[in-house]
Amino acid sequence: MEAFTTHTGVGVPLRRSNVDTDQIIPAVYLKRVSRTGFEDGLFAGWRADEHFILNQEPFKAGSVLVAGPDFGTGSSREHAVWALMDYGFRVVVSARFGDIFRGNSGKQGLVAAQCSQSDVELLWKLLESEPGTPVTVDLTDKTVRAKDLVAPFEIDDYTRWRLLEGLDDIALTLRHEPEISDYEGNRQTWLPTTDPLPAV
Amino acid sequence: MSRTLAEKVWEAHVVRHGSGAEPDLLYIDLHLLHEVTSPQAFDGLRLANRKVRRPDLTIATEDHNVPTVDIDKPIADPVSRTQVETLRRNCAEFGLRLHPMGDVEQGIVHVVGPQLGLTQPGMTVVCGDSHTSTHGAFGALAFGIGTSEVEHVLATQTLPLRPFKTMAINVDGELRPGVTAKDIILAVIAKIGTGGGQGYVLEYRGSAIEKLSMEARMTVCNMSIEAGARAGMIAPDETTFAYIEGRPHAPSGADWDAAVAYWKTLRTDDDAKFDAEVHIDADELTPFVTWGTNPGQGLPLGASVPDPEQISDETERVAAEKALAYMGLQPGTPLRDIRVDTVFLGSCTNGRIEDLRAAADVIKGKHVASGVRMLVVPGSMRVRKQAEDEGLDKVFLDAGAEWRQAGCSMCLGMNPDQLAPGERSASTSNRNFEGRQGKGGRTHLVSPLVAAATAVRGTLSAPADLEN
Repeated sequence: MEAFTTHTGVGVPLRRSNVDTDQIIPAVYLKRVSRTGFEDGLFAGWRADEHFILNQEPFKAGSVLVAGPDFGTGSSREHAVWALMDYGFRVVVSARFGDIFRGNSGKQGLVAAQCSQSDVELLWKLLESEPGTPVTVDLTDKTVRAKDLVAPFEIDDYTRWRLLEGLDDIALTLRHEPEISDYEGNRQTWLPTTDPLPAV
Repeated sequence: MSRTLAEKVWEAHVVRHGSGAEPDLLYIDLHLLHEVTSPQAFDGLRLANRKVRRPDLTIATEDHNVPTVDIDKPIADPVSRTQVETLRRNCAEFGLRLHPMGDVEQGIVHVVGPQLGLTQPGMTVVCGDSHTSTHGAFGALAFGIGTSEVEHVLATQTLPLRPFKTMAINVDGELRPGVTAKDIILAVIAKIGTGGGQGYVLEYRGSAIEKLSMEARMTVCNMSIEAGARAGMIAPDETTFAYIEGRPHAPSGADWDAAVAYWKTLRTDDDAKFDAEVHIDADELTPFVTWGTNPGQGLPLGASVPDPEQISDETERVAAEKALAYMGLQPGTPLRDIRVDTVFLGSCTNGRIEDLRAAADVIKGKHVASGVRMLVVPGSMRVRKQAEDEGLDKVFLDAGAEWRQAGCSMCLGMNPDQLAPGERSASTSNRNFEGRQGKGGRTHLVSPLVAAATAVRGTLSAPADLEN
C-alpha cells in the first residue's frame, strides 16, 4: 500500500446524502476478476447525465470528493473503493460513512475523512462558487484545507498510522502467528468444519 | 462483569487484545465465499505466495451470477462465466470446498450455511457480502467484509477489529395476522434510519422476536446492514437448537450436549447495559412497504406517498424529492394504488421454504394479474427440492408465475434477471437502491405475503385485500 501523508487536488462537491455503494459502482461492473480498471463503473448511473458534476470542468479531474452524510452505505463491495481510486480520488470527505466502506478505504489507502456536516456545507459553497479550488488533505494534522477554510477531520488512530506508514495488514497480523496457533489449539472440538461429510 | 450477547461472543474470539489504538485480533470460525468478492483476494494470496490457513473452515458457493434458467448450459454472459470459472479455479488451486451451479447444495451463501448446520450459536462468521448479518439469527457474530479482509481471513483466519457498540432492538407484543418478520425489520429501519446502526451490533430481543421461527429471525438479522449495522444477533434458544439438531454439520452425541450447554450461556446478562436501546410495539405493526430508494424510506401499506414539502430536515427532504423523481411517484398517492410490472419472490432475505410456503398459501387457486410477471427463485437447491416435494412449484406455476433455479437473481440483477428501465417491482429482497434490480428499475421492498397479494391484484396489496 502506498503511504499517504498529504494530498492536494481538485475538490468535487457531491450534494447527495446516502450515496450507497450500488450508486458508487453498480453491480454490473463487478464482474471483472482483476483489481484495476473499475473507473468506468464509478457513479455509472449518474455519469450518464451530462449535468452530473463529474461531467463538468474542472471537476472531471477531481481527486477529493466532498459528499453528503452516509457515504458508502449498503453492499460490502470493495469495488466501490477501487472505482474511486482508479478514477483518481484519494480522499472522500463526509460527515458519516458506511462502516464496511470506511474499513475497505483504510485497507486500500483511500482516506475517508469524517468532517462535521457544517464544514461539508462550507466546502460545498466554496467549491461551487470557485470551481477548481485546490483542496489539501493533511493526514499528519488531520485537517482539510481550502483557501481560508481549515476543517478538522476524524479518522481512527490505527488506520491513520497504517496509512502514514503504508503498512500491509496481513503482514502485521502474521507477526502474531504463534498467538493464532495457541488460540486454535484451545478451540472447542465440537465446532464445525467444512470438510465434506461421508455420503450416507 | 455483566455482558451483552455480542460482547460474550467477541471476548471468546479474541486472539490478542490490541493496545492503545490497535484493534483486537479476532478468530474467525467460518468463512463463506462467493464468486463476486473473492477473485482479487485469491490474486493477493498468489502475489504474496500465501496459502489458505484453514481450508477446513472455508466454503464457497456460486450465487450472484448464476442464471436461474437453463443451468445445464454454459453461462451466456462471458463476464459472468469468467467470474464463476475463476472461483472454480481458485477453489481447486487452494483446496476449498465449492458447491457449483447445478450441485444439490448450491444456493445463496446465506441460505446454504444455516441449512448445512455450519452456522451455530456463538461462532464468528464472515463473508465478502454485507448480508452475512443473516447468520446472527443463531446468536453468531456474523458480518460482511470487503475483499481485502477476505484475503486477510484466507491468509490468517483472523481479522483485526475494534469492538462494536451494542444496541438493543426490543420488539414486544404480538404480531397481527399478515404481519411478518419482514415488516418488523422494515419498521426498524424506517425508525432508526439507514445510518442509525452504524458502528453497532444490533441485538433483537423481546417477546415478538422470541416467537419467530429461525427462518423469520434470519429475515430480521439479514437486513441489519440496511440500518447501517454490520451485524444483528438474536440469543439462541430452544427454537435455535431444534433447527440445528440433525443437520449435516451439527454436533452429535456428547458433543451435542456440550455444545447446547455452552449455547445456553449465550444470553445478554440481566444487568448488562447496551449503548443504545430502541423499542418497537409489535401490536402496532402492519404490512410495510418502501416508497423510496433506500430501505429507510418505508411506510405502512395503508399510507400514502409522502410529500417532501412536509419533511423539515433538509437532507431528508432533498433525498425524498430525488427518490420520488426516480420512482416516478406523486406525493399523496395511496401506496395501494401503485401498479407493479414484476413481482420477485426470493433472495437471502426471503428465499427460504417458509417464505415460499407463505406466498404459495396466498396465491393458491388464484392467478397473477394480467401484465404482471412473477419470478419465484428459491434461495437454494435444497429449498427448491423441498418446495417441489410439497407441490409449491405447481401452485406457483398454476398461478402463472415462473419457477426458477436457485441464486441471488433479481435481488441485484447480476444475472439476466433484471428490471427494464422504468419497470416497477414488488420485491422480497433487501435493497431498493436506484438501479439495483436493473438500470432505471424501480423497487418496492415487501414481505412474501405482500408480494403474493400484489401479484394477484397488480397493485401493492396485502392478503387481506384479496378477500374484499
